[in-house]
Formats: sequence, C-alpha cells, structure tokens
Amino acid sequence: MEQAPAIAFTGTARFDAHQLFPPVSLEIDSGGWSCLLGPSGCGKSTILRLIAALETGVTFEGHIRPSDGRQLEGRVAFMAQTDLLLPWLDVIGNVTLGARLRGEAVDEDAARALVARLGLGAHAEKRPAQLSGGQRQRVALARTLMEDRPVVLLDEPFSALDARMRAEMQELAAEHLSGRSVLLVTHDPGEAARLGDRVFLLDEGGMTEAVPPDLPTIRPVDDPETLAFQARLLRALREGR
Amino acid sequence: MAGVKRGLAAAALFVCLWQALVVFGDLPAFILPGPVRVAEALWKNAGLIAWHTGITAVEVLAGLALGTAFGAATALLLAVSQMARYLIKPALVATQALPVFALAPILTLWLGYGIWSKVLMAVLIIYFPVASAFFDGLMRTPPGWLDLGRTMGASPARLLWRIRVPAAIPSLASGLRLAAVYAPIGAVIGEWVGAAGGLGYLMLLANGRVKIDLMFAALFVLAALTLLLHRAVGWACDRLVERID
Repeated sequence: MEQAPAIAFTGTARFDAHQLFPPVSLEIDSGGWSCLLGPSGCGKSTILRLIAALETGVTFEGHIRPSDGRQLEGRVAFMAQTDLLLPWLDVIGNVTLGARLRGEAVDEDAARALVARLGLGAHAEKRPAQLSGGQRQRVALARTLMEDRPVVLLDEPFSALDARMRAEMQELAAEHLSGRSVLLVTHDPGEAARLGDRVFLLDEGGMTEAVPPDLPTIRPVDDPETLAFQARLLRALREGR
Repeated sequence: MAGVKRGLAAAALFVCLWQALVVFGDLPAFILPGPVRVAEALWKNAGLIAWHTGITAVEVLAGLALGTAFGAATALLLAVSQMARYLIKPALVATQALPVFALAPILTLWLGYGIWSKVLMAVLIIYFPVASAFFDGLMRTPPGWLDLGRTMGASPARLLWRIRVPAAIPSLASGLRLAAVYAPIGAVIGEWVGAAGGLGYLMLLANGRVKIDLMFAALFVLAALTLLLHRAVGWACDRLVERID
C-alpha cells in the first residue's frame, strides 16, 4: 500500500442561509486515527462526507488538502453505521464488491484469506441475513480492508453493536487499519478516548481539539488516564465545551 | 400446502352455497346452472374448451412477456435519464386517465381479429403497473448502498446493474404479480370485442346461444388459468428474488 497521506480539512458549511458549522479545522495525521466527536446533528458526518466527496446537500467553503497534493478520489474507503451489506450476495461476494463495481478481476483467494483472518472463515458462503450483527459488521470491515485504500473514513460504524462486540470491533479495526489515515466520526467519548491519536470536538460553537493521554492506541479500557480523558470528553460534550 | 388446503376448503364452501342457491332459489338452468351441470358441460366440451383455452393462454403469455419487457425497459430508461423523467413520466401517468377498455374496438380495427389485438390489449393493461413498480424500486435504492458504490469508484452503469437493479427486483416482482392477474382481463376484453377464438369468445358465443352452463364452464377455466398464472409468476418471482446476481 502507498504511504497514507495526512489530510487537512478547513472550512465552513451552510444549508442555504443556515450555518451548519462555523469555520473549523481538522487534521488527520499520516497513518494516524483522528476522532471527530460531537452530538447528533452538529455536522460531523457532513465533514466525513465532504472528505469522501459524497453528496451532502450543503454549500461548503474551504478546502480539503491531502499532504501529498494528490486527489483523494479513489484513495478512500468508507464504512457506515449500518453494515451496508447487499442481501443478495454472500460474504465473499460482499467483500469483493468493490472490484466488481469497478469491473476489475476479483481476487477471491485474497478475499477468503481476509475473511478467515477476521474469524469469518466458516461463514464465507453465507448471506448477510444468516449472520449476527457483530459478524455483519466484521464483513463490512473485511470489505473495507479489501479495498486497501490509504485513507479510511468511519462513520459511527460500531455504534449499533452491544458493548462487548463494540470493544472487540474497535480492537479489530485498530489492528487491521494500522498504517492508514483514519477519520472516525463518533458520538461515544469512550470510543474517541480509546482510539484517537487526535481527538476533535464539534458543536454549534465550532471545533476544539482535546489532547489525549500519551499512550499508544488502542488504549486499554481500564487505563485510569484514558478513563479520565473519556470523562473530560463527556463533560465537554455536555457543557458545550 | 396450507394455502392449497385453505383454497380447497373455500372452493368447497363456495360450491355448496352455489348448489344451495340453485336448489332453494328454484332458479332455472338458463339463469344459473348448478355446479353439477357446469361440471357436466366442462366434461362434455373438454376438447372445445381446451382449444379456446390454448388461444387465450398464448395471448396472455405473449402479452405478459411483451408487457414486462416494455414496462421494465421504460422503468430503466426513466431511472437513468432525467430528460426521460421530465418528458415521458407525465405522459405515462396521463395515459392511465384513458380507460384502456375503450381502446379495444380500435385495436381490433387496427390489428384485426387474430391474437395480436388481444396481446396488445394485455400489454397495455400490464405495462403501467410493471413500469411503475419497477421504477419506484429503482428510485428507492437505500442511499447508503449508493454512497458505498460511489466511494468504491463504480460507474453509473455498474451502479445500476450491480446495485440498483437487484435492489429493485422485489418491487418488480410485486408489479409482475399484479400483471399476472391483469393480463387475462386484457385478453378476454379483446376477445369480447372481436375474435375468432379464445375463452372470452367462447363465453360470448355460449351466452348468445343460452348455453349458460358452457359459459360458466369457460369462466371457471379462465379463473383457474389466472390463478395458475398468478402462482407460477409468484413462484418465479420468489426464485428471482432469492438468487439475483
């Protein structure tokens, strides 16, 4: 995989006359995780969608700059809150969807190896409806990894999972996405505290950066500093900074 | 199996009520023949009815195939082209204000007494439900799937064939189920207006000669044909939904 670029996002967005967020600035380090934390409706998903060049319906003024100066198009993988698995394809079919959508040859062996590495080897021929919520989200992760893109955008991908499954998925994602530049949009302070190399808070007032503990990610769930940081994030969220 | 049992039970109840109405209402056979007389008429005229059933079945199947093809093609065109949506969609809705039955005499005038005026009638009747159901499905692809496809670098054509069309198959299937029931109506109306064969023609003929038992026998076969078609299309749709791609 090519060297993952750092990404600098600066700008403001509005719906007609209504300002969605004031001028903000967010950075994703090369090969690092940036977490964007904020309440629902503050525009954090819009920022992710702007970086992914997806339809947002807002007017954006600002710029999105990859550090290597090249276009981001074709270098981004995207994972959403719902697994977005196609119900008519089996696990392998879903994992290899990208190649088929681009009309490329499908590397089924690589897909099988990846699926096995994520602990889904026994389920490779199953349809999504036959899988549990956690397994489905793993397939979505496998599909994201199969794309092998240097930039990965995660839009609350673990929020629909139960606590145990969420912790597992966070660890799995941290392990397999290492070396890529990742933006994780979340409303969960615990998630941001565990995973963020950099943590940004967004609300109507704008964006601030919170400095996480000086521990490598993924941080242990029971580390006192991480817990204290999580509490600080929650307080900031509740008080509106 | 439960559905078949329920259907048989309902049919048995219906036949009993029918017989009771004939016996207790003291109705003459030329107004309402009893089920036994109709069964006899069916048995005696089996060859004749089979011949006419064949004609109607061909009309219905051809109409169903052509109507589905045209309807699906229209839906695809509307889904991919904004210009087509702008120009064709209002016209398509406006055509539904026209009672299709009123066109039957014109179609017979244009296409003659053969099967084609009936095929076209069936096509006209099922075209709109098929096009409309499939188009709705194509326009209601979950937005997340389209986002995913776009970040994966899919071209609009591949997005259509690999995601939008398979996702719209259940909608198309519900349109086809309706079409299976409507198509025989179209064919029979066409036969009533002018034909040399078919169950609708036979019913009209039998009615004119006061062979009401034969008319009911033909009606019974027509209903059976429609039910069979509905089941067959339903089965095919289920298989299609199960394994698309």
